[in-house]
Amino acid sequence: MILLKTLKIAVRALRRNKLRSLLTMLGIIFGVGAVIAMVSLGNGARAQLEASIATLGQNVVTVLSGTMSRGGFRGGFGSSGTLTLEDFEAIRKEVRGVNGASPEVRNFAQLAAGNQNINSQIMGVGSDYLNVRSWSCATGDNFTEADVRNANKVALIGKTTAETLLGDEDPIGQIVRVKNAPFRVIGMLAPKGIDMWGRDQDDVVLVPYTSAMKRLTGDTTFRSLMIQAVSPDAVSTLTNQVVELLRQRHKIGAGRDDDFIVRTQQDIAEFADAQARTTRELLFYVALISLIVGGIGVMNIMLVSVTERTREIGVRLAVGARRRDVLLQFLTEAVTLSVVGGALGILFGVACSRLVTTQLGWPTLTSTDSIVLAFCVSAAIGIFFGFYPARKASQLDPIDALRYE
Amino acid sequence: MQPIVKLESFSKTYHTGEVEVHAVRSVSLEIQPGEFVAIMGASGSGKSTMMNTIGCLDRPTSGRYLLDGVNVGELNRDELADLRNQKIGFVFQGFNLLSRTSALENIELPMLYARPGIKGRQQHERAVKALELVGLGERADHHPSQLSGGQQQRVAIARALVNEPKLLLADEPTGNLDTHTSIEIMGIFQDLNRRGITVVMVTHELDIARYAMRTVVMRDGRIVSDQPVAVRLDAVVELRKLEQEQQAIQLAP
Repeated sequence: MILLKTLKIAVRALRRNKLRSLLTMLGIIFGVGAVIAMVSLGNGARAQLEASIATLGQNVVTVLSGTMSRGGFRGGFGSSGTLTLEDFEAIRKEVRGVNGASPEVRNFAQLAAGNQNINSQIMGVGSDYLNVRSWSCATGDNFTEADVRNANKVALIGKTTAETLLGDEDPIGQIVRVKNAPFRVIGMLAPKGIDMWGRDQDDVVLVPYTSAMKRLTGDTTFRSLMIQAVSPDAVSTLTNQVVELLRQRHKIGAGRDDDFIVRTQQDIAEFADAQARTTRELLFYVALISLIVGGIGVMNIMLVSVTERTREIGVRLAVGARRRDVLLQFLTEAVTLSVVGGALGILFGVACSRLVTTQLGWPTLTSTDSIVLAFCVSAAIGIFFGFYPARKASQLDPIDALRYE
Repeated sequence: MQPIVKLESFSKTYHTGEVEVHAVRSVSLEIQPGEFVAIMGASGSGKSTMMNTIGCLDRPTSGRYLLDGVNVGELNRDELADLRNQKIGFVFQGFNLLSRTSALENIELPMLYARPGIKGRQQHERAVKALELVGLGERADHHPSQLSGGQQQRVAIARALVNEPKLLLADEPTGNLDTHTSIEIMGIFQDLNRRGITVVMVTHELDIARYAMRTVVMRDGRIVSDQPVAVRLDAVVELRKLEQEQQAIQLAP
C-alpha cells in the first residue's frame, strides 16, 4: 500500500519531465537491448552449432592421421598418412563396444555427366559410413561390403551435386565420370545441410574407399577413421582402447607423442564452443559497460533532480515526510526509470534479434532466462545508482532546503 | 488552558566556523489556543529562528519548547516530522507549491505522509473541501503557473489546513503580494482564527501586523515588546476602504 503510493508519487514526478526521463532511459534501453540481442545471437549460433555437430553422427570417435605437434611444429589434420587399412581392420576386430566403423579418404575432383561438369568433393568410405553418421539414402541404396571388397565403381551422390550435374533427372542409374572413370550412381543421399565450418555437406560424392584409393587418389593410407560407439557411456573406454591399440601397432614408445589424433564429438563441441565463448565474453563486457554507463546516466539525472527539487524536498519534509519517505521516493524514481528503460530495452532487443534473423538470416534464439535476467539487472542498476542521490535527498535539512534558491 | 506554544528560556546558538552566533537568547513565550500572533523584527533579530523552532523544524540549543504539551527537544527527526504533519500547517513567503502539479495534488501532499494513512478518495474529498474554504473551488486542476500570486498563496493555505492542524505558521505570507491581495490573505487568516485555529505569523510590515491580536517584537535575539494590538484592523472593512480609494482614482472598476 505504502509502496503503491510511493510509486504513484514517483511516476508523477517523472511525468513532469517526460523528455528528460526518456533520454535518461535511453542508456538503459540500449544497454539492455544490447544484452538481449547479444544473448539471442549467441544462443542462435550455439543451437546451430549443436545441430551441425549432431550431423556428425552419434557417439562418434574420429581418428585423424598426423600428429598434434612434432618438435613445436604442428601438421594439419590428415597431413601425414599414418592410418593404414590394417589399423582399421585391427580396430574392427579388437576394440570392444564398436557399433560401426568406416575409414575416410577425401579428394576434390572434376565430375562430369552429360555436358555438365563440377568440381566436387569425393569421399572414399566404408559401407558402415552412413550408419555411423546417422545418414541415409533418400532414394536408391547404400553400397555393400562386396562393393567395397571389389572396388566397384558405384557412387552415392549428394543432393546439391546431383542437382548441378543432372538437373531434375532421377540420378539413380546415371553414369558420372570421376577423373574420367565412369561411376554408376546407385543412391542419392538425404540432404544434411551446412556443417559447422559452413560447408555444404550435400555437395559430395561417396564411393567405396577401395575404389577411391585405387582409381582416384592413389593413396595407400586413410585421412581418418570414424568409429561409432554402442552408447554414449562407451565412448571414453572405446577411445582409450583405440589409442592403446594404435600406439602398439605404430610402435610408439612410452613418453612419445601419438602420430594420430583422436577426437570425440564432445572434443569438437568444446573446441567450437571455446571460440564462441571468447566472442560471448567480449560482448558480455561491452554490454556490461553500456549498462554501467546507462546507470551513471540515471545517477546523474537523479543528482540533478535532487538539486533542482531541493525546495520541493524542503516542503515535503516540512509537511511531515520522514527521511525514509524521501529516500524511498527518489529511489523509486530511479528504479522506475531503469525498470521501464529495461522493459523497453527488452522490447528493443527482441525486435533487433527479429530484424537480424529476417534481414540477415542469422539464427537467433531469445531465451526467457535472458529477459528475466535483463529485467532484474536493470532494477538492480536503479537501486545501485539511485541510492546515493536518494540518500543525499533524504539527508537534507528542512530549513536549508526550504531556503534554497 | 494548556498553551499551544510554550517556550521556556529558549536559546539557539549557531556555529559558523569559529564564530558563535546567538540567534535567540533565553526567550520565554506562551501562546494560547485561539490567538493570532504577529512576530516582528528586523532581519537578524532572531524571528526566523523562533519560527523554525515553533514549527518543529529545529530544536532548541538550550531551554525547552512544548508544543501542545509535547517536549519537542526530546523528539528525533522522524517524530518531529510526524508532529509537524499532525499539528502544524506551514505558509511560506514564496508559496513553495510543487510546479507542474495541480492545485489539488499540491493540497494532498501533507496527507500522503499522514500516519495512519488516509484513503485516496478521502484525500481527494478533503483537498476539495480545503480548496473551497479558501475560495478556489473551481481552480482544482490549475497548475501554480496558471494561478496569480494571491491564488497560489490561497492554495498554500489550503495545503496548510488540510490535515486540520492546531497551529498555522506563516512566514512573511504577504511578502510577495500586492496590498489588495495581502488584505485578502489577512481576511482568510482572520476567518480561520475565528474558527479556532491558532495563527502565528512572522512579518516586518507594521500594517499587516495590525490584523493580528498580539504583536511580539524581537531585536538581537530577545523579545523587546509583547503587547496586544490596540486598534485591530478588520480585513473586510479594510478591503472595502481600499476598493473605494481605488475607485476614486479609477484603479479598480
